[in-house]
Amino acid sequence: MARRETWAAYGFLAPWIIGFLVFLAGPMAASLVLSFTDYDALTGTAFVGAENYRTLIADPRVRTSLGNTLFYTALHVPLTMVVSLGLALLLHRAGRRSAGFFRTVFYLPTVTPKVAVGVLFLLLFNGQSGLVNQVLGPVGPDWTTDPAWIKPGLVLIGAWSLGSTVIIYLAALQDVPRDLHEAAQMDGAGAWARFRAVTVPAISGALFFTLIINTISSLQTFDEVYTAFYGSANQQTYGSDAALFYVVYLFQQAFQFLHIGYASALAWLLFLIIMAVTLVQVRLSRRFVHYGGG
Amino acid sequence: MARRWPIWTGLALAAVVFTYPFAWLVSASLKPRPDVFDNAFIPREWAPENYVTIWSAAPVLTWLTNSVVVALAAAGTVTVSSAIVAFGFAYFRFPGRNALFALVVGTMMLPGAVTMIPTYLIWNELGLATTQVPLWAQNLFGSAFYIFLIRQFFLGVPRELFEAARVDGAGYWRLFWRIAVPLCRPALIVTFVFELRASWSDLLRPLIYLRDPALFTMPRGMKAILDQFGQAGEARWEVVLAGAVLTTVPMIVAFLLCQRYFIEGVATQGRKG
Repeated sequence: MARRETWAAYGFLAPWIIGFLVFLAGPMAASLVLSFTDYDALTGTAFVGAENYRTLIADPRVRTSLGNTLFYTALHVPLTMVVSLGLALLLHRAGRRSAGFFRTVFYLPTVTPKVAVGVLFLLLFNGQSGLVNQVLGPVGPDWTTDPAWIKPGLVLIGAWSLGSTVIIYLAALQDVPRDLHEAAQMDGAGAWARFRAVTVPAISGALFFTLIINTISSLQTFDEVYTAFYGSANQQTYGSDAALFYVVYLFQQAFQFLHIGYASALAWLLFLIIMAVTLVQVRLSRRFVHYGGG
Repeated sequence: MARRWPIWTGLALAAVVFTYPFAWLVSASLKPRPDVFDNAFIPREWAPENYVTIWSAAPVLTWLTNSVVVALAAAGTVTVSSAIVAFGFAYFRFPGRNALFALVVGTMMLPGAVTMIPTYLIWNELGLATTQVPLWAQNLFGSAFYIFLIRQFFLGVPRELFEAARVDGAGYWRLFWRIAVPLCRPALIVTFVFELRASWSDLLRPLIYLRDPALFTMPRGMKAILDQFGQAGEARWEVVLAGAVLTTVPMIVAFLLCQRYFIEGVATQGRKG
């Protein structure tokens, strides 16, 4: 009886197990092997040892794209988290009814395809005539052409789609037991003290989750950057190297220049970086993430 | 309640920042070329012919249809397969269950860019690398996040219901199909609309796989429009804007129709914590 149940269980799991082997474990292994080869579908694949990795270390465009991506992530993730938390606190205070409406409003940009976000970026942040600079006046920089301002501009347009983070925080805030706040208030804690001692620990699980998820996706930024700065028709670059993001470079190497082996090495470097960043975040978070009790 | 006005002011200001780009997009797409950047909320002169222009300049209807077909295939397959796997994890007790489930959760952290190249080679071997199949077929095998999400719902079904059905002689498939699925319909709808959105918005995979413009999805077509009419091309932004509206509006409509499910899904996502 129990054996039959086990077989039935694996029957239900079969799709995932097959998918895991064929589209995850297999490709991971293949990607690792390919990264040590000079892959060529026509003339055959040659084993080149660590050459791809040596090239990668010396490749200035790897450094540029990695630097850009890390810079973007370092600005984008904290900005998204802080603004989202602010908005979620406002929504929480506004009461459920009105929160519903604004929640919808804040979430709307996240259903906007990134291709459209890229177009909006080009036009709204246009240095001469874009709306953003009409508001800012003469201090507004050339967001889409000045290498120093391309990434800050992308960070701002990226923050437009922070809706899911807001909703996650709001859900977490609504789960915070009310008596914790009341107890702190009785002890004479002010608003800021309660925020720090009650709210933040109580929602630390959600903060941690969004930190990880936003970092991983931010390190893989592609769609809006490629839309705004790269041409798929003739492989040209419109912008400067300031918009060369890591996955954009990986995509170019793999699918435009057909350097499959080299691109696989790039993919593995990305994997290691993401794993390392995630591990550091998990380690650091052990000190401040509290589970249970809300 | 005297101190509520700062909350309202803050929310209202934020709401303007979050909605204005939409208004701008739609309004600018209806302006004649010289007026695109004038930023007037209501066009001084209307130019609905921008939509006629894009209609004749690009196979927009084909691209929209392709997007609908691909998104429905992607969402349909991932919902069914993830539900089946989720039931396997929620109902059965079997050796290795916790380890396997940890593996499922672990794969959520795996960056998609890492498996991108070998996956392309697989589809290439199968002779499907330039078709729409790679855009949805992987969903036949379930997807970690949705398996996690649906499993949470299945775990909430009272076990007595399953046991009663077992006593009546129901097989496992019947438990899944007749009890678990109907009782957890919201989770399945969340999965469906989430994947619908993800698939509709995807640019990277269509860039990798689609060569023939007749197969393009709308975002991929939008990129082609931008290449032709954008900054490297004829700088006819009014055409680009009309394309951006056509890419965006179907998703906005879908969202407004099913927003409860979108938002429920996101809120649940944060709780796994």
